[in-house]
Formats: sequence, structure tokens, C-alpha cells
Amino acid sequence: MNRTTDDREVVFHASGVTKVYQMGEVQVHALRGIDLDLYAGELVVLLGPSGSGKSTLLNILGGLDTATSGHVSYHSRDLTQADDKELTEYRRYHVGFVFQFYNLIPSLTARENVAAVTEIARHPMAPEEALQIVGLGKRLDHFPSQLSGGEQQRIAIARAIAKNPAVLLCDEPTGALDSTTGIVVLEALERVNKELGTTTVLITHNAGIADMADRVIHLADGAISEVHVNTVKKQARDLSW
Amino acid sequence: MRALDIKVWRELWTMRGQVLAIAAVIVSGVTTMVMFLSTYDSLMHTRETYYRDYRFAEVFASLKRAPNHLISRIAAIPGVERVETRVVAAVNLDIPGFNEPVIGKLNSLPDEGGALLNRLYLRQGRFIEPYRDDEVMVSEAFANAHRMRPGDSLFAIIKGKRQALTIVGIVLSPEYVYQIAPGAFFPDFKRYGVMWMGRTALASAYEMEGAFNDVTLTLSSGGSPGTVLDQLDALLDPYGGYGAYARADQFSHRFLSEEIRQLRTMATVFPLIFIGVAAFLLNVVITRLISTQRDQIAILKAFGYSNVAVGAHYLKLVLLIVLLGVVLGVTLGAYWGKELSLIYMEFYRFPYLHYLLPPTAVITAAGVTMLAAVSGTLLAVRLAVTLSPAEAMRPESPVIYRATLLERIGLQRFFSQPTKMILRHLERRPLKSLLSIIGIALAGGIMMVGNFQEDAISYMVDVQFSLSKRDDLSVRFIDPTTRRALHELQSMTGVRHVEPFRTVAVRMRFEHRTYRTALEGVEPGGELMRVLDTTLRPIEMPPEGVVLTDHLATILGVVPGDLLTIEVLEESQPVLQVPVAALTKQYLGVWGYMRIDALNRLMREGDVISGAYLAVAPGDREQVYAELKEIPRVAGTVVRKSAIKSFYDTMAETVLFFSFIANLLGATIAVGVVYNTARIALSERGRELASLRVLGFSHGEIGYILLGELALLTLIAIPLAFLVGEGLCAFLASQFKTDLYRVPLVLEPDTYANAATVVLLSAFVSGVVIWRKLGKLDLVAVLKTRE
Repeated sequence: MNRTTDDREVVFHASGVTKVYQMGEVQVHALRGIDLDLYAGELVVLLGPSGSGKSTLLNILGGLDTATSGHVSYHSRDLTQADDKELTEYRRYHVGFVFQFYNLIPSLTARENVAAVTEIARHPMAPEEALQIVGLGKRLDHFPSQLSGGEQQRIAIARAIAKNPAVLLCDEPTGALDSTTGIVVLEALERVNKELGTTTVLITHNAGIADMADRVIHLADGAISEVHVNTVKKQARDLSW
Repeated sequence: MRALDIKVWRELWTMRGQVLAIAAVIVSGVTTMVMFLSTYDSLMHTRETYYRDYRFAEVFASLKRAPNHLISRIAAIPGVERVETRVVAAVNLDIPGFNEPVIGKLNSLPDEGGALLNRLYLRQGRFIEPYRDDEVMVSEAFANAHRMRPGDSLFAIIKGKRQALTIVGIVLSPEYVYQIAPGAFFPDFKRYGVMWMGRTALASAYEMEGAFNDVTLTLSSGGSPGTVLDQLDALLDPYGGYGAYARADQFSHRFLSEEIRQLRTMATVFPLIFIGVAAFLLNVVITRLISTQRDQIAILKAFGYSNVAVGAHYLKLVLLIVLLGVVLGVTLGAYWGKELSLIYMEFYRFPYLHYLLPPTAVITAAGVTMLAAVSGTLLAVRLAVTLSPAEAMRPESPVIYRATLLERIGLQRFFSQPTKMILRHLERRPLKSLLSIIGIALAGGIMMVGNFQEDAISYMVDVQFSLSKRDDLSVRFIDPTTRRALHELQSMTGVRHVEPFRTVAVRMRFEHRTYRTALEGVEPGGELMRVLDTTLRPIEMPPEGVVLTDHLATILGVVPGDLLTIEVLEESQPVLQVPVAALTKQYLGVWGYMRIDALNRLMREGDVISGAYLAVAPGDREQVYAELKEIPRVAGTVVRKSAIKSFYDTMAETVLFFSFIANLLGATIAVGVVYNTARIALSERGRELASLRVLGFSHGEIGYILLGELALLTLIAIPLAFLVGEGLCAFLASQFKTDLYRVPLVLEPDTYANAATVVLLSAFVSGVVIWRKLGKLDLVAVLKTRE
């Protein structure tokens, strides 16, 4: 299942990653030994039912959580040994996040939500440019409460990409949206991946979305059950569920 | 326990930090209320019992001299119940081991059977044996100040004759609950002693055999003092009566009543502030609790709980917090009330203290607090009650923000996104932000009140003694004498400067208003006694006319230019018409002033003086004191500096007590408001802040967003706190304005600095607690949950 001969640049390298949560008196094994490489510019879908460990894996990749054992590195940076300060710095300069519930700052407008991140980034694009990419160039000064769910999620994407991250991590980005709106959001992600070459990891339990990925990694019970390479990628607008 | 009740207890436990902060504010309110009310009731009750048991007189009069048989005519005045005549003598005292001048007042006691009125409470020793001429009883305050015990002796200079006296008893009298030398501004237990001696012995020493110079009486029930006073005056006039007065005008009684009245004011103002703040905090906390529990409310209702049950559930939570505050507050209030009463008991000389914790005080405190708390939270609870289950299941509609005024006027480019978040959050809930600011401002204001007392007293003393009365000591002669007496004083070694004064007891009258006081003749251009105008600059004394204390002018309703009637109560008792020439600013007492020569002319008496102010070289003072004691004409000497020091000593404990309590209570409010505001903000915005953490914001950067808001509120509140403090102090000053004293609205920079510091410190402590909570934000959870 590992294409060891691949000469593409490895962005993430994970080996033997486990994660054990102590939930009261029981131990929950969320990840049971994950070995995985993610390559520059690829769009990967992590597919699996709830409880399969895909969010835990994403959180560890994103520097929100640390592995119980095993090893994760981002380029040459060891994420397993990093402290809170290093992880904050890592998230700040390298990772873009998109959440299921958007997590926009309600007191900031679309433009300002993006600016909040670009103000602390190193080589950001202009907030207006990021919003242009997701097709919201005309709603710059609206507050989140004045926008639809799909629009809010696209602001979240703009916010995630505006810092020019090396990697974009999306946790169920269409989970709270209907399929029509969801496709608009996926189109935005597809465009970012294609035009900016951002490595994109997309979590979903919706198999219909898997067709737009370069690779589909199936998780079950905290382990990788199958890796599937799409020889023909579908365009987001051709998806349906 | 029913499930919902378990939920109440669990939630109280979960919110324990906030519950405690709110309860502390309630405790403060209830404590102050119970403390002041119980002290008020205890003092009232103690005083009443004391007055009744020790037969405190209801009418008082002093006169030059009347034959003893006049008593039957006094007793015959309709409405008079019991009469007692006395000999009262102003004397100089010589206390072994104490070199400074001490003045005393000797009251006669019947030779046998004890006093009929104004009976003495024997604290130590025994009563005087009948007809002994060398035994005295001394007041406890004086005895304590000199550590005297029965068996000790002292010397009294009575009419120039030095007499050795043995102390046989230490006593308290209802007449001298507040003990202050005539003409003095504050009590000085070391240099003014009240004593009692057998009638025959005192009369013989004071040359009053077969006569009396003081009378007190009680009224039969239903007797009005008014007509008795008039008839008594008519009776005493030929004998040099100085004018009779009722108990309401008796100095000790008046002073005490004034103090007790102030307690009443304090019992209202402070608790109201605390309880108001507590109501606001409860509103904020419960509103937030209900908004986070929308889904729970929905489920409860879906399961069939009625609106009333849901409403009662949240009210229970509120009432439990109130109950906690009330129980602790009553306990603490009772404890401090007793402490405060004891301080009062010692300051005012009561023989005992009947400490009462009146049920009405407890009920009032509990009732007012509960009412305020429930009305403060009613809106929030109503929200829970009226929410339909289906609506409650849905998440709350998104919060609506807009650009702030500052941004709309074009300042937008100067703000970073985090700063915009702070400003917009504050502006979104202007009322809540405003109330938080007011809460913090009240906290600072209360602390200022705590130090106000000290500032005001320092200022009063400074005006009275640095600007106006600047003598080192003042000497008063037994009888008015000629200016020649000044030469004797001037010739003493160390005396640098002497200025005479003339005082006469007068009754001032304008239209239907009258006031009894003294008129003082002062040396024009004098250095030791300067009369100040209303801006505190020395007045050039006008050649004719009288200068009145500004407050006396208010009492009499006169303005400069009016013609005042002055009835002199001494000598030939002339009635004079004198124009009011100017007003003088004074904070202690109310008096009238004239040039001494003008007063002499009006009295048709020649160059007569009552005493003199002296400036004495510091090294020679002891010698001057000793020499003054040897001059038979000298009735008494008052040393200014020691009097001031002793006053501060007496006040120190009370001032410290108030300042400590005010600071403690102020800090409680500050912490209560800041901590709760921060806790709520954290709860409302935890998700947003955690999201920012995920996006790469550091702990410090999100700390800025949350704590920056608090810092801004606190900084805005501080100037407002100064205004609130000034307002509260001004209110108290207006409440404490009497002819005894006026409290000036003076606040020192230290007082402002102290209030600001304690507020900032309280905010800082709350900030640290919140900062640490921010470090524990669950970053993963926010990604998976909706608001």
C-alpha cells in the first residue's frame, strides 16, 4: 500500500502512530499504529465512519493534539516532540484549518475574519484576494450573521488559505451543508488545491466526495483499512450525494 | 432529592467561583446593613436604658448664683417633675507626673443619698463619704487616660486655692457620654477631666455656700420643655441665668444623636450599592447560564416539566446564592456590629452595651436582598420559561455585530482585528458594558468614602488650627479682667506673643430664629487668632458689626448687611442690634466674631478681656505651664498641639476600622464585577478564542482579546469611580452638616490613588485567574461542536 518508490516531496511522514484517550476509567484506542506519507500538492480524502479515528489523525497532523506513541513529522519538523509554543507557531505559519461549523469570529466581517489570520502570518495574500478565490469578492464587509452557511464556510476556506499554508486540513467541511451548497464549497477547495498547489486533507464520512481526491484513505477502528488511488479524478461540480 | 434539585446543587458547584464572587458582594451588602442597623439599634437601646436608669435630666440651666431656697419655686413650675440644684466649678487640675495644663469641671453631689438626677454609674471604688471635703470621683475617660485608680490623689486649684483630693471612685455619667471641654473642638481625655465632689465641700471651696449655680430637672410626662424653659429663664434671669435649654440641646446628647443618625444614613447608602451590584451580577450570570442551557430547558419541557417548574428551578439557584450571602452576611454583620458597637461604647462612655441583633435588621437585609436578586434575574428566568421546546432545541440565532462608532467615523484603520473584536463586543451589549463599568466605579467610590473621613478630618483640623487658631496655648481667666493681665503673661520667659480675646455667651436672634452661642472679641490684625473668609483668607475685621460662621448665618437666615439681635447672657445682659458684616468659613462649631474693642464698647465695659492666646518658644513650654498654674486668676489653659494629637489618637481606631472595611468591601465588589464579567466573556467567547488558537494565535494573543476588554472596562471605570466617590462623599458631607461640625468635601490625591490601585489590583487578580483558564481551552472540542 505504500508507494515507496514515489519521488514526490513528502510533506507529512507518520509511522506507528497510536493515540490512547483515558475516558474516565476506560482507555479508548483512537489510533492503533498508523503509517502514512502525504505528498506535496495532493488532495487526500480520509474516509471512515464516525469513531474511526480520522479526526484524531487530522488533529495530530494539524498540531492540535499529540500522538501517544509513534512518530509524525512535517517536512523535517518533528511534531511528536513539539511543545505548545512550537505547535502554535506551526499552526500559525504552516497549516490552514477548515471546520465543520466554520468557527468564524462573529464580531468580525468576512474581510476582517481573513485579516485576523493574515495579520499574524508571514507571507499572506490580501484578504480580498483570498475571498476572491472562494467567490466572495463581493461580500467583503458582511458579518457572519448576514451570510448563508455555504458563504460562511467559504470565508472559512479563504481564511485558511490566505496565509498561503503548505497544508490545508478540512474536517467535514460540508457536514453542516446541503449538497448544492456543499458542492460550491468543494469547488472552492478544489480550486485552491489546483491553483495554489496546497496539500489538502479532507475528512468526510461521505463516500460521494471521495471521487474528487487523488487518494482516498479508508480508516476503520483506528487503523488504515485501505488506500485507493483515483486514476480519474472527478470534478467537484460533477459530484453528487 | 429530586433530579432537578440535584441539578441545582451540581450547577452551584460547577459555577462555584462565580457563586462565591456574587455571594461575597451580597455578604458585603448584608454585613454593612446588619452591622450599621444593629449598631444603631444597640446604641439607641443602650442609651435609652442608660438615660432612664440613671435619670438623665431633661432641662438644664446654669447661672451665676442663686440662693438655695429658689429650688422650691423652680419645683413649682407646672410640668416639672424632679429638680436638682448643683454647684458646678471650672477648675485647674494638677496631676502628679503630668506637666501639661489640665482643666476640670467639678460637679457637686448631694452630701447624702446620691444624686437625684444624672446619677453616677460606679465603675470602680466607692461613693464619697458624707461631708468629706477631700474625696472626689472622676470620670472613667479621664481616669483611664491617666491610669488613675481609687486611692490616687490629685490637686485642684479652686478659686485660686490648691486643694489635695483623693480619688475614691471612678464613674460614668449620662450627662457626659461625650466629654468635651467647653469651647474645645474635640475630646481630650488627658487634659479635661469631669469630677464629682460633695456639695458642702465644693460650695465652701467655690464660695457658693447656701447657693447654687446649676440646675437640672426632669419633666412630668406630657410636660412640654418649651413653657418650662420660658418660666425657668424668667425665674433665673435675676440671678444671672445663662439661658435654660432642653435635652435636645445638651451637648453630649446632641453629639451622640448626631452620630447615631449618621449610622442610619450609612445603613441605607452602602447596602443599597452592594445589593444593586449583586442583582446585576446575578442577572448576568443567570442569563448566561440559561442561554447555555437552552437545549436542556427544551428537553425538560419536552418531558413535560411545566413552565413554572423550569422557572422555579432557576429561581432556586438564585435564591440559594442569596441565602448563602445572607447567612454569611448576617453572621459577619452581627460580629462586626458588635465590634463597632464596642468602639462606640468606648468612644462614648457607656457603662454597658446592650448589643441587639434586631430581627427587623435581619429580615430587612434578607428581604431587600432577595427582592433585588429576584427582580435582577426575573428577565433571564422569564426567557427560560417562555422558550418553546422546539425553539429551544435549535441553537441560538447568531449574534449580530456591527462596526463600532469609532470605526464608522473613520478610525478603523488604526485597529487590529483583535482590537476590533474588543470594541465590537463591548458595543454590542452597551448596557451590560455600562453596568460593569458602573459596578467597578462603585467599588472605587466606596473605597474613597473609606478614606474620606480621614482626609476631611485632617483638612478641618488644618483649617481650624493652622490657618485660623494658631496659638500654642490659650489661657482663660476666671472672671473677665483688664488688659493689664496681658503684661504678666507677656513677661514670662519664652512667651513670644500674646493676643487677648473676650468671649461672652449670647443668644442671637433674627426674625423668629434664635441660636445660643458665644461671641468672641478678637484683636484686629491678630496673628494667633485669624478669622477667615469663605475662601479661607484672613479677614480684616470690620470696625463695627459681627462676623458669623457661614453655617450660623444659614441657621439664622441672615446675609451680610442684615441687622442681628444679640442678647448677651452675661453681666448686665444688654440686648444689642449689630449688623452682620461678613461670613467666615469654619468647619467646627458656630460662633460670632467682632473686634475686641467694638465688643467692649457694646458691652460698655472698658478694656476687658476673657483670656489670651499665647505663642511660646518650644523649649520654654514646661516652664510656662508651671508658672501659669501659680496664677490664681487663670481658670484654665488649653495646649493646642497636644489637643490635636490626642484627638487623632482617639479617632485613629474608628478611622482605621472604617477605612479597612471600606477597602475590603470595595475590593469585594471590584473582584465580583471583574471576575464575573470575565467569566461570562470566557464562556460566551471560549469557542471563538479556541478557534483562534487553532488558527495559530498564541495564548497571549487571545488573552489580549479577552483581558483587553476587561482592562478597557476597568480603565474607563476608574475616572468614573472618582466621580462616584466624590458624589458619595458629597452626599455624606451634606448629611453630616450640623452646627456641631460640617464635613468639608476634601479628598486627597492619596485617596484617589488608593481607590485606583485597589480596583486595578482586584482586576489584575481576576485577570490572572481567567488567564490561567484560557490556557486550558479545549482546542479539539471546538472543532466538533456547534455553538
